[in-house]
Formats: sequence, structure tokens, C-alpha cells
Amino acid sequence: MWGSNARETHPIFFHHLLKGIHRGMRVLAVDPRRTSSVQWADLWAGIDVGSDIALANAMGREIIAEGLERRDFIDRATTNFEEYRASVESCTLEWAEQETGVPARVIRQMAHEYAKADRAMICWTLGITEHHNAVDNVFALIDLALLTGHVGRYGCGLNPLRGQNNVQGGGDMGALPDRLPGFQHVENDEFRAKFERAWGVKVPPKRGWHLSGMFDAMERGEMRALYVIGENPMQSEADQTRTRHLLEGLEFIVAQDIFLTKTAEIADVVFPAAAAWCESEGTVTNSERRVQRVRKALALPGDARDDVTILFDLARRLGHDWGTPDSEKIWNEVRSLSPVHAGMSYARLEALGGLQWPCYDDTHPGELFLHSRLWENPVPGPKVSFMPVVHDPPVDKLDADFPLRLTTGRRLDDYNTGVQSRRYRSPLRRGETLDVSPEDATRLGVAEGEVVRVRSRRGAVDVPVRRDESLRPGLVFMTLHFQDDVATNLLTIDATDPKSGTAEFKATAVRVERLRN
Amino acid sequence: MDIRVSADEPTSEERAAIDAVLGAPTSSWTGGERDTEGEGHTSLHAGREARSRRDLLLPALHAAQSRVGWITPGALATICKRLTIPPAEAHGVASFYHLFSTTPRPPAVAHVCDDIACRTRGGESICAMLLRTLGPEGSPARDGRMTWKRSPCLGLCERAPAALFTIAGERPRTFTLAPVTKASAIEAALESRETETSARQRIESVRRSVPQSGQPGLRLLRRVGQVDPEGLDAYRASGGFEALRRALSIGPAKVIEEVIASNLVGRGGAAFPTGRKWDAVLKAPARPHYLVCNADESEPGTFKDRLLMEGDPFAVLEGILIAAFAGGCERGFVYVRGEYPLAAERMERAIAAARAGRILGPSVLDSDFAFDVEVRRGAGAYICGEETALFNSIEGKRGEPRNKPPFPVHVGLFGKPTLVNNVETLANVPLVILDGGAAFAKSGTAGSSGPKLFCVSGHVTRPGLYEVPFGKTLRDVVDLAGGVLGGREIGAILLGGAAGVFVGDDRLDVPLTFEGTRAIGATLGSGVVMVFDHTTKLGDVLLRIAAFFRDESCGQCVPCRVGTVRQEELLQRLAAARPLGSLAQEKTLLREIGQAMRDASICGLGQTASSAVESALARFEPFSSGSTKR
Amino acid sequence: MSPDPIWFRPPPRPTRVPEAPPRKEPPSVEITIDGVKRQAPEGSTILEACRAAAIETPTLCYLENLTPVNVCRVCVVEVVGSRVLVPACSRKVEAGMTVLTDSERVRLSRKMVLEFLGSSVDLSTAPGVESMMKRYGADPKRYGAPAPAAAANARDAREPGHHHAPDGRAAETVAQPVKIDNDLYVRDYGKCILCYKCVEACGTDAQNTFAISVAGRGFDARISTEANVPLPDSACVYCGNCIGVCPTGALMFKSEHDLRAAGEWNESKQTKTDTICPYCGVGCTLTLHVQDEHIVKVTSPMDREITHGHLCIKGRFGFDFVHPRGDGSPDDRVR
Repeated sequence: MWGSNARETHPIFFHHLLKGIHRGMRVLAVDPRRTSSVQWADLWAGIDVGSDIALANAMGREIIAEGLERRDFIDRATTNFEEYRASVESCTLEWAEQETGVPARVIRQMAHEYAKADRAMICWTLGITEHHNAVDNVFALIDLALLTGHVGRYGCGLNPLRGQNNVQGGGDMGALPDRLPGFQHVENDEFRAKFERAWGVKVPPKRGWHLSGMFDAMERGEMRALYVIGENPMQSEADQTRTRHLLEGLEFIVAQDIFLTKTAEIADVVFPAAAAWCESEGTVTNSERRVQRVRKALALPGDARDDVTILFDLARRLGHDWGTPDSEKIWNEVRSLSPVHAGMSYARLEALGGLQWPCYDDTHPGELFLHSRLWENPVPGPKVSFMPVVHDPPVDKLDADFPLRLTTGRRLDDYNTGVQSRRYRSPLRRGETLDVSPEDATRLGVAEGEVVRVRSRRGAVDVPVRRDESLRPGLVFMTLHFQDDVATNLLTIDATDPKSGTAEFKATAVRVERLRN
Repeated sequence: MDIRVSADEPTSEERAAIDAVLGAPTSSWTGGERDTEGEGHTSLHAGREARSRRDLLLPALHAAQSRVGWITPGALATICKRLTIPPAEAHGVASFYHLFSTTPRPPAVAHVCDDIACRTRGGESICAMLLRTLGPEGSPARDGRMTWKRSPCLGLCERAPAALFTIAGERPRTFTLAPVTKASAIEAALESRETETSARQRIESVRRSVPQSGQPGLRLLRRVGQVDPEGLDAYRASGGFEALRRALSIGPAKVIEEVIASNLVGRGGAAFPTGRKWDAVLKAPARPHYLVCNADESEPGTFKDRLLMEGDPFAVLEGILIAAFAGGCERGFVYVRGEYPLAAERMERAIAAARAGRILGPSVLDSDFAFDVEVRRGAGAYICGEETALFNSIEGKRGEPRNKPPFPVHVGLFGKPTLVNNVETLANVPLVILDGGAAFAKSGTAGSSGPKLFCVSGHVTRPGLYEVPFGKTLRDVVDLAGGVLGGREIGAILLGGAAGVFVGDDRLDVPLTFEGTRAIGATLGSGVVMVFDHTTKLGDVLLRIAAFFRDESCGQCVPCRVGTVRQEELLQRLAAARPLGSLAQEKTLLREIGQAMRDASICGLGQTASSAVESALARFEPFSSGSTKR
Repeated sequence: MSPDPIWFRPPPRPTRVPEAPPRKEPPSVEITIDGVKRQAPEGSTILEACRAAAIETPTLCYLENLTPVNVCRVCVVEVVGSRVLVPACSRKVEAGMTVLTDSERVRLSRKMVLEFLGSSVDLSTAPGVESMMKRYGADPKRYGAPAPAAAANARDAREPGHHHAPDGRAAETVAQPVKIDNDLYVRDYGKCILCYKCVEACGTDAQNTFAISVAGRGFDARISTEANVPLPDSACVYCGNCIGVCPTGALMFKSEHDLRAAGEWNESKQTKTDTICPYCGVGCTLTLHVQDEHIVKVTSPMDREITHGHLCIKGRFGFDFVHPRGDGSPDDRVR
């Protein structure tokens, strides 16, 4: 478990882990906080925020130094191993202890346990990806899996745990700047031609902007209008002051949502939408690539329309009659254009309770795990390349003015900016707090519940203090769930990963100011 | 494990008492001081290592309880942190055992036996006196220093009436007093201070409970009352550990062969062939193997195991060692009921002495057999005499029996193959090895080999523990005890304990063997022979037995949990001559309740909870006025 | 020239579809149930064999997604050669086993178990129990009138050991006031048959939070938080998996409890629709129970390999945001 508090953020996934734990599975956890997930782990590496690559590379070096790498697999299925070896050569356990704070013996044990395990998987969440070098972080983990052959086999693999019920499906359906449905690259002529034939229109052969790219484009004045569907960037983006400034500077915003969110409030047009999961027909795709049906259980309130209906109506106003929206028909169009979805008819999804892509035809069972070709001899298709990466600490540096590392995350009972979750009456909910270690609380002289000002280089918020034994000195924690009360994202930095466009929500430098004596 | 523990803090005294059992905490996550340098970046004793100490829950609860007299929220929270146990589960465990209290209770408590044997000797009148002097049961008396509670059978029936004292404090003490006939004696005991006992007193303390002590021909009781139970050398000098030496020299397979040849069967009540059990454990592939000595003798009227442990603990230990050797066991537990402080202490001393003498440990008697054993104390629950409930109790869980199969020989303590035998059974083992199986089998009868202990109590002249070879009749045993007290007539005799059956004086000539008692629809059970004279109100005895089973039902399965309640309610209606519908309807209902408990309960408790009641109603008229006579 | 990277041109498919390692089919054993010889896989239970043979076997404490605890004993059957009846739910089949599911002994024990429960527990919201009672001729009234209900928390304070002797005029029960200490679900332990399912679901069979346990002993045994503290002070994380497995309605959504109290609960007006949870990416199937365009309860099917019927607090209770409030507040639906 690397940078994931699945016990709270993916509780039912964690049920499966617990079954394994009770059968003897060992859990190694990498997390700056001693979270409820960590408390189930047999070994915990409590790293300093943003030192993941240092840890991973040191593990890689230790594995190679001890001859624990999976040689046959490396030779047969990978390339670039020598470059990787050279890149981690300097990452000794002692160096990593300096960089990560984790004792060398723990790093060593982690490397040995991972390498020697018959089957092992790495699961991660935003602790890996909400960094300025998110993709590099992921590469570092992939390198470990390649090094040990823990990929492409049953019970092994690399598992990013998805944070939203259809974040996988959204990407699968082409809601990425460079992809058409089915992950088909928009710059690949062959793929584009297929879609152009089916749709009878030209598809621009150029990738678009990802989210952070859009804000940069707004800043440059290249982007002047925005159509936001089911997203609340006014509150969910890092460095809220900048975000607000850019959004307010746009000429035209359309918001399609079920609530009048902060984003919808500044929109020129608001389309009342459906709560798709219970007011629409369709599919979503979960973390394990499983496509499942969502169904309409409730009538739409008032003038709200199904999202697809809104898009169809809009198309009609813009001069394109797409007919009457029908979720199964749309899905069948996906199947006709995306080979990995081809075998997933509604009938099969209903009968089997979902299918995992790739599912190539009506008899294909879907793939339980990916990359099994890497274990064929010879490997069909290209080998996989090691991707050497170097440790690069968080952008927002700690110094005498901003000595505390603020990291952010979710709690069990709330969700993102709280728009969905705040309306049910959770007995666990206690509002936003600045969680601090007992040592820091004492050093700062702040009492439990005392409201303090947390200041970063970008902004400040006032928030009550809560002592939290799971934190060590120097590390403080906040959620993003109560943006109306405490806009945590006024603090966060929008240093973004150039490849994924994700901001470094996990590492902000802050200081705590007392409001009274 | 992410447990949530309340913020309640223990007193420094409680913390010290808990630390004395568990050792000092190694990390702030388990209740120690915060060390962010050491722990902020990794965890010591994480994961399954942290969760692996659940079996220390009962010892820790004992420590907390005996320090201040009850288990405070702060003590419970600390124990939970220390052992990584969810508080709700720890509360579930603490509230299961009646010697524990999860609500405030004075430090000194007298547990006064009001069970069937003590009732024949004035147990109820002591309770009545205490009600007058100390107030209602359980209420704090004498400025909150003390209280008294009724107790089920304390296993001191030969010296009835009896009381158990638990005195919490810096030097907590648990001891018994029997016979105790005055409230003032109880109050004095509650205020008393510890005294050392001499070797002579140690020997004599058991002698009066074993009237045959010193007689020739005794086998199991040979040393009881004669040899210092705390002296390893004395035990050796009386032939001790010769059987173990022999066992080590012939090897496990041959030991099992001898035990099978001896026809020795379990003395705890179920009469399962001992050798076959050992053989199954030896052959079980899973590792490690455990040994459990069942010393949770709680069957009302039974005290034989207590006297063996008090009077000849090394012999019990020798039996344990031989059994462990035969079953390939690496580690053992002696689970002694909480009401037996002296027996537990003697076993602990014997174990310590044996360990010091290298009879226990990595190299038993310089052989390559490694074995160690420890005493675990129960905390007041009859059900823990059931072997699987006992396993759960050792594991730090509620003493709820498990469904069988799987049997302990395959899935026992900690889920591993476990050799579990009763104290008396194990005490027979050295005899089997020394005599040889064939010779042992020749003693007693064809169906019941060897010597047998009988716990004779109630209205007899000399209550006590008696050893006879199998084959003696009930009359022989009653005569050994000097016949009925005061020359009165026998009303009824309870054979086998509360889970046994009542017989009348027409059965005096039944041979007390497994086959003999079976032939008359009775049972030897745990060797209880409790005599009630003809003036006894048998109905009262039945009501007490019914209440006992209701109190002691673990509550797990419906037939027993509710059946014992309905049985008691029905008997109360009969006692009050206030039947629901006709008497015949009540009798039908009682029979149906009994059959459902017998057929559908998980364990022996429910299965036998109607046995004595039904036998009494079949043979006597317990609720009619007049004398108890067939 | 090197081939295109795999993100640009997908790699070829594997030669074989990746699968879990094959599981060995257990050999089948022959058993006789009610005189008919049948085959059953080794390691399966008598209950499974009975169900495969369409022999209706009542169960209360058994559930497919939990470890059998075999405590209710309503599923007992007679195995020839066994001294006592055995629980069908957990006893494994053995070659040559002869099982009787409707013998006089079996019928009597089942009847008595149902009477014991019926005379001590409020089974009014326990689905299926009434028909079981009828089938076995259970008459809970023959134990006399029920004793008065215990005061709130009185049963939770009972210590193990001696109890006050009853006078036999009334049948003791577990009746007591409903515990309402939070806005999500209620605990009505007067309806509790102590089947242990909630403890299992809160424990190692699903949630592993261990907020509840059985406390006390014998008839006074009860489901309890640590020292009977209210749920908000306990370790409870409100996953509601205890509600999901409760066979008697002792644990109930507060929404259902309130509708029932108001006399508005109407299952014939309800629809049940399976959909996917709107929160994290695990993809749990939710069954939405809808009455009058309101979600009144959420469950999950036990046969789904993701949830096995179990959910978390958000999936179970976090649905309120879809209901229009009509107050025009920022939390109201746009419409």
C-alpha cells in the first residue's frame, strides 16, 4: 500500500485486503501518516512527504545488490535494465534514510519482502499521484514491479485505486486530452480514420489541454469559455485564489450539475442535470476495469434532464440531430469503435454483473489482469522499458517561515469537496480541522479545538486544531471536504506534473499562527 | 489493526499491575511513551505481531481486577492498547466471567457457595446471616471495603459449606475457607492478612479431605497427604519422574501403544479412550501441537482434580510431560478454574521447580524433547470445562464452545492439533507407564480399567475424596464415607454431578463403572456421589440445579440459552403448584424442552442441562411435600 | 526504427486469456438425504446439499457471506449414528452419511427453537419466521405471558452468574426500549435473537471494526458496544453491514424505523433497483429501495464479488444529496 489510506478511502476494497490479511497475507505500508490502513500493516515506512522515488529507488538498488531481481523476466520481457541499474546505483539505504526519514533496516526489509514474495502487488492512490512529479512516482513503482516480475501474473500487479466511481470509465471513454474512446490515441492516423468514418466528421489530429493546461491557457488568454460537467473547479483546484481569478476572467461558463456549486454560481448558464448513478441508465468502470451498469431508480426532479439528453438537446440546437438518446445504443457505438469494449453487450453486463476490459468479443471473459503477454516466451509485441527516474523533493520547500509540511487527504465518511457527502448526517463528521502531532501542538502552545490561522505562501485559512497521534512532528494534515467553511485549497500549490497535469496537493509548506494569546 | 480505544486512563497502580503481567510497553502505539524519533517513521510490533498476544487478555484482566477489585474503563483501555484488542471484544470477554466485574466492586469479596452440596451443610443459612450483617448480596459494606456474593459450587464439597475470598490490593490474595459456618468468620477472612504455611501444614491441609490418606494400596492418592506437594526432591524420592524417564526411553509410539493397551479412558466425563486421542494428535500434520490440561473442574460436587493438584502436583505434571511427549506437543497450558487458588499455586510452583530442575524446558531430563507449560487461570465460568470453550478462554475470548467436528486433535488451541486431557486422566498416565499398559488394563473391570476417584459429599459421615478400583459398588463407596450422616435414610443420590442423574437407594448395588452406570441409564460423569438423606427437599435441589444451568449457559445457542430459562420457570411453577394448564401438559413441555436441549445444543452443558431434573422427576416426586423417597 | 510505444499503439493480445490458477474440483461424495442417494462435493455442508436437493431448510443465523456460527440451531438435522442433532449449516458432508431432515427429532427441535425465540423475542419484523413457525407447529404462547420489558440499559448492566429466581408466572423476554443514538440506524434489541451475524459483519467477516461484541452470559448475553456506550462514542464507523445481515429487523435504517413508526412503511409500494455507488472507484453495487421517489434503504446483493453484500458508510447512507429539498439552499438540487 503506497500512499493510500484505503481503509478509509476504499473501504470495500480494504475488506478484500482484510480477507487476505486473515489468511496470512503480509501488508507493507508506505505513508507519511500512521493511518488506519497503516495500522493493519506488518511493516510501515513512514516517509517524508514526496520522497517516494528515493524509497523506491533504494528498494530497487537493494534488490539488485542482493541478487533478488527476477532475471529471467527482466531478460525476456524488459528493456533498459542497465540504465535503471545505473540510475539507482547511488541510492543506498543510508542515502534513502536521509531522504525519506525511514530507517535503513525498514527499507531493506521492505525490499526483501517485496522481492521474495511469491506474489505481490503494489496499490497506490493520490499519495503517489498528487505530486509535481506524479508520473515519475508511478514509473518508480513500475520499475520495482518489472524488477521483481510482480506484474502480468495472477495475484500480482500495479493497482492505482481510483478515487471516483467512474474516473476510470471517463478516461476509457476518451475524456482525456489525447485519447479517443478505448484509449485510442488521437494522433494515431489509423484510429482517427476509424472514428471519422463512423462519425462522418473530421477529428482534429491534435491533443487538447489537460485540466492544468486549461488554466494555463486561460492565463494566456487562449481559452475564453468553459463547459463544466459535474465538476467544481472553484473549490477542487489547488491554489484557489488563482483558480477563482482565472475562472472569473472567462467570457462564458456553462455549468451542468445537480447543485448550484461555487462554479455554477459564477456560470452564465446552468443546466440542471441528473444524479447519473440513480437517475440515468448507463455504465461506469471501476478501478479493476470492470464495466458495470448503473440504473435509473428515481425520477428526475423538476426540469433536470439526463446528462446525455442535455448533450443531445444542445447538439440539436447547434444543428446536429443525433436522434433520441438511448444509453444502450450509445454503448453499442462505443463497442463498435473500441476493441477493448467490443464484447460487452448490455445483455452480458447484466448477466455477468459486469466485465473487465479488454473484452474483445461476445465470448471473451474479460481480462482478470493485464500484461500477461509478458510471461509468454517469446514476448509478443514490444518489451517493456524500465523508466529510470530521479528523486525530486516537493516544490513548496520548507523553511523557517513555513516550517510545517501540510498534506491533504480524505476521511471515511466524506468525499471530495463535500458537495455530495455533506447532506447525510454522518455521526463521524467533525468538520475541518488542522491535525497536528501532540509535539507540535505543545510546541505551538495551541489547545485542542483552538482556531488557528494556517498560512502558506499563497493564502491563509482559519481552522480549529486537533491533536492527532498518527502524525509526527513537522507534519500536519487537512482534508478538502469542507471548502465552504475552510478553503484548504487556498493553501495548496498548483505546481503540476507536466505529464499528468495533477497538482501537488500532497505537499504544501505552511506555518501556524495563533489568533489569540 | 485500527482499534479505537477510549481516553480513560488507568491509575498508576493499575498500570503497574498490568505491566507486571505484560511487561513494559515497547511503543506509544501500545500505550507507552511517544518516541517520534523512533516511531514516527516506522512501527515496532506492527500488524500480526501486535495482534498475536490476545491470549494474554485473561491474565491482564486478572491483574487489573485483583489490583483494585474491578476492571475499570482505564484498565480495560490500557489492556486493549497493549494487546491490540478491540475494546468491545475485551468488554465482551470481561463480562463473560463472573469473577470479573466491569462495574465498581469493593476490593474484598466473599464468594459464598450456595450450591447443592453446601446446601446440605448450611450454605443457605450463611447467606441469610450475611444478608443481615453485610447487607444485600453485591452491595458495598463496611465503608465500601467489602461485599459478598453467592457463588456456584466452589469444589470444596467435602468441607462444605465453603467460601472463596478475593482480596484486591498491592498484594492481592485469593483463598478459600471451608467449612465456614459463621458470618463473622467470613468478615474476619475479608479483613485478614496473609500467613505463611509450613510444609507440615501443606501436607495436612489436604489430608482431612482424603480420609484414606496413608492407606496401603492407594495409587492415585498414594502421595496425597503424605508427601510435601511443594518439594521436587520429595516427589523424586517417592518414585517421581521414573515414568517420564521410561517414556523418554521408549519413544512416543511405544508410549501410545502402552496407553492404548491400558484401556485408559478420560476421567473428565466423556470417557474417550486416551491412547486413541494421543495417537490422533501425534499423527496430525499441522504444527505446532499443543497440550492442554483441563483443570477447570467445575461440575457441582466435583473436587478430585483440585485435591490431586493440591496434594500431588508433580504427578499431574509428570502425566502432562508424558502426554506431551507422546503427542509431539511443544507447549502446554494447565487451565485451572479461578476458584482454585491453591491448586493453581501448587501447579505453578511445581512447574517452576521442574523448570529449574531441567525437567521442563528445551531439554527435558537431558533428552532432545523440548516442552514447556504454564498455568492459566479461569475467571468463573463452568462452561470453560468444555474443552473447546476452554481453548477460547486461553485464547483470550469468551468461553463459548465450538461446534465439533473439527475435533481438538485436528483443530484445537490456536487452531492447531491439541491434546487435551483432564487432570485425573493425566495423573493415571505415570501409573500406566510404570505398570505397563497390559497390567494396568487388568486392574478394575473389563470395561473400566484402573483406579477411580470418587467425590463423596452431601449427607455422609465422612465426605471426601475416595480412591477405589473400578468395580466397587455405589454401596461400597457410600460405606467408605461412613454411610448416611446421622444414620438417616438415603433419599436420593446424585451420580455424576449436576449434569448427572439422581438414583434411589434401590441402585446401591450398581457397580461404579462406565458400563455399570450406563446399564441403569446413569453416568459416572466426573465421579460425583452426592448423597441426600430422606429429609431433603429434592425440589429445592432441582431448582438450584436448574438455576445453575441457566447461570452457566454461555448463551450462544438458542436451545440452551432459552431452554434453561424455560426449564427453570417451569420448575418454579411446579414448586409453587401453579402449573400452566394441566400437570400433564407441564410434564410434556418439560420433556420437550429437555429433548430439544439434549438434541440441539452445541455442547455438553445444554445437552445435559435437563438430565438430573428429568431423572428426579421420573424416579421421585420432588415437588410433593413429605420425605424424598421413591 | 523502434516500434511505437504501447500507449500509442496497443500491444498484441496475450495468446491465452489470463485467468486465476485452476482450482481443483473437490471430489464428490455420496450421501443419503431422506432416503435418496445424492452426490455432494467434498467440503460442502449438509445445508448446501439440502438446498441443491431443493429440501427447504430453515436458517436464521446462517448467511452465505458470513462464517457459519451455528448458534440458532433451527437448521439441525439428524445424522444417523450421531448422538445429537447436527447443524446443517456448518456440518460438512462425509461419504456414506445418512441425513434425515424431517424426522420427529428434527421437527421437535426446530419447533422448540422457534418457540424459544418466539416466546422471548419480538419477531414481528423478522421475514420468514412466521411461515417457519406454522410449518413446525410452534406455539410460543405455551410458556405463559411475557414478562414486562426491561428498562432502558437494564439488560446491559446484568452481571454473569446468579440471577433472581423467576416465579414462573411470566416468560422472561429480551424486551427493552429501542436504542436510538444517531441519525443513521437504530438498535432494537428486543428483536435480537443473538444470531451473532452483526458481530461477524462488524468483525472478521467483513468490516473488521469490532465495534460490537456479545457481552454478558447466558440469557443475559447481548450485543454490546464497549461498556454499552452509545454508538457515537464507540468504534462504530456506520458501514451498516450489521443492518445488512440482521435477520429480524433489530438493526434498522433510521429512515425505515421512522417510516414504520409513522405507519408509512409500505414495501408493496417500493421498488428495488441495482446500480453502482457514486463515491469511490471500487464499484460497489447498491440496491436502492425507493418509496415515493425517496431512497428509504440501501442494501447490496450478497452474490456480487466486489461487495459480498457489504458496503461502507457513504454507499450505505450517503444518498441523501439526490433528494430535492425544495428550500433553494446551496444544498438543494438545481431543477
